[in-house]
Amino acid sequence: MLTGSFDLRSTLIGYVLVVQEFTALCGQAIAGLVRPPWYVRETIYQIDRIGVGSVFIVVLTGMFTGMVLALQGAVQLEPYGATIYVSRLISTSVVRELGPVLAALMIAGRVGSGIASEIASMKVTEQIDALRAEGTDPIQKLATTRLVACVLMIPVLTIITNGIAIFGGWLIARLYLGIDSYFYWTWAFEAIEQRDIVVGLVKPAVFGFIIAMVGCYAGFHTKGGTVGVGLSTTQSMVSSSILILASDFLLTKLFMAFP
Amino acid sequence: MIALSGVWLTLGERPVLNDISFDVQAGQTKVILGASGSGKTTILRVILGLYRPDRGSIRVDGQEITELDERNLTLVRQDMAMVFQGAALFDSLTVRENVWYRLWEHSRLSDETIEQTVQESLQFVGLADTVDKMPAELSGGMRKRVGIARALASGAKVLLYDEPTGGLDPINACMISRLITKLSTKGITQVVVTHDLDAAYRVADRIVMIQRGRVIFDGTPDGLQQSDDPAIRGFIDPGSLTNGWETFANPPNPVD
Ligand SMILES: Nc1ncnc2c1ncn2[C@@H]1O[C@H](COP(=O)(O)OP(=O)(O)O)[C@@H](O)[C@H]1O
Ligand SMILES: [Mg+2]
Repeated sequence: MLTGSFDLRSTLIGYVLVVQEFTALCGQAIAGLVRPPWYVRETIYQIDRIGVGSVFIVVLTGMFTGMVLALQGAVQLEPYGATIYVSRLISTSVVRELGPVLAALMIAGRVGSGIASEIASMKVTEQIDALRAEGTDPIQKLATTRLVACVLMIPVLTIITNGIAIFGGWLIARLYLGIDSYFYWTWAFEAIEQRDIVVGLVKPAVFGFIIAMVGCYAGFHTKGGTVGVGLSTTQSMVSSSILILASDFLLTKLFMAFP
Repeated sequence: MIALSGVWLTLGERPVLNDISFDVQAGQTKVILGASGSGKTTILRVILGLYRPDRGSIRVDGQEITELDERNLTLVRQDMAMVFQGAALFDSLTVRENVWYRLWEHSRLSDETIEQTVQESLQFVGLADTVDKMPAELSGGMRKRVGIARALASGAKVLLYDEPTGGLDPINACMISRLITKLSTKGITQVVVTHDLDAAYRVADRIVMIQRGRVIFDGTPDGLQQSDDPAIRGFIDPGSLTNGWETFANPPNPVD
């Protein structure tokens, strides 16, 4: 009983510490934006690696999501004789929820864990200390650049995911459901409201922030050699996935409060 | 040049440095000798300002560094360069980019001047032909030498070495010791952390010996050899020990 409550207390203190450190890291990474030096080349390199490098997986993600939505949507709409409106269902659910969330989860797996393992191995081989010894702020050099790349590129990748998903839905609609292409695309776009577009871009920007910062945090706080690198990588993937899902719920709720 | 006085530091729960005081004169090569886990690397880190001591004073070139913020520490660090234990070369950069890193980031020198400095530094360590290689393509001894070249090219007046001969075969270890001796004749101030006695005698002007975060000897190499303090004899001639090993062995090291 006594030990139980003691554990709970130290666990809670542990969480508070993590939140504090995480917030401090975010603050320093953002502060890195407003004062020189700006690592433009490093940022462009990260944009290329994170953004361009992820196109293939988000195309696959979008494609299969759109196709499966068309199949399932048709089943749901059939009893009402509304199968022809399947594109409405696809485009709204993709633009509002599935595109941003699925793209972010895929990118968290590929990019977030990559950031974590890269920084973690720099940490355990003393390269982070070497950066400081050479007079470079490692947070500005490594975290700020990746933060910018993620916040810029994940919305772009999400737009690609959305487009491909609607296209995937069209393939199924055309080939299996016999829906007229003109009708499909008209309803696909008709259904999207202006606010969907705003929400659809704010969410991925937030997810980009989460992916970059959780990856960096896990990397910078790695302890204990190569084993630590593996742990940090896994931890960053799990934590960022959960934070993405939780913040998706909160953002959806928040936007619903402002009609 | 460097003066530590009454430096205390606790990392996690463990008191790592307990009242460390010694100084390093300009142009001197000072060896910090001690068993693994005795706190040698930590001393280099506090000198570089990578860790801030809990108590005590550290002066570099007359300037107190314990109170400085990261900004001003960066300025102090420009006079110093460290050769890390595993070399800590930046994996994503070529040997050339590693060596010119500091000049390239912080100085207004022309590309030609920088390239020339890079060439000279690499020639000094005998690796001029590796400029375009990646660190992963080099052997351990070569990486350490590139680490020395990087430190040299920075133009620092003080070089800090963490176990420069650690993990190397005798020939490579000897080559590194030679480089350190050669640099000391050029008037560079050097602090060399090691547990390798041979290397220590080869390069040292002065030796500080550390045990469990405390200074137990500070003097000349001859003085160390002639000392009859049992703690020192136990380190320099462990074969003579019949018991009391635990005084020299340190508690298990969670970090290395
Ligand atoms: N970041 C850290 N957190 C906790 N303990 C540490 C840390 N760094 C070093 N230590 C401990 O401090 C002691 C001295 O470490 P170190 O200076 O690396 O020794 P040495 O270089 O002499 O082998 C070791 O016992 C080590 O476990
Ligand atoms: Mg060490």
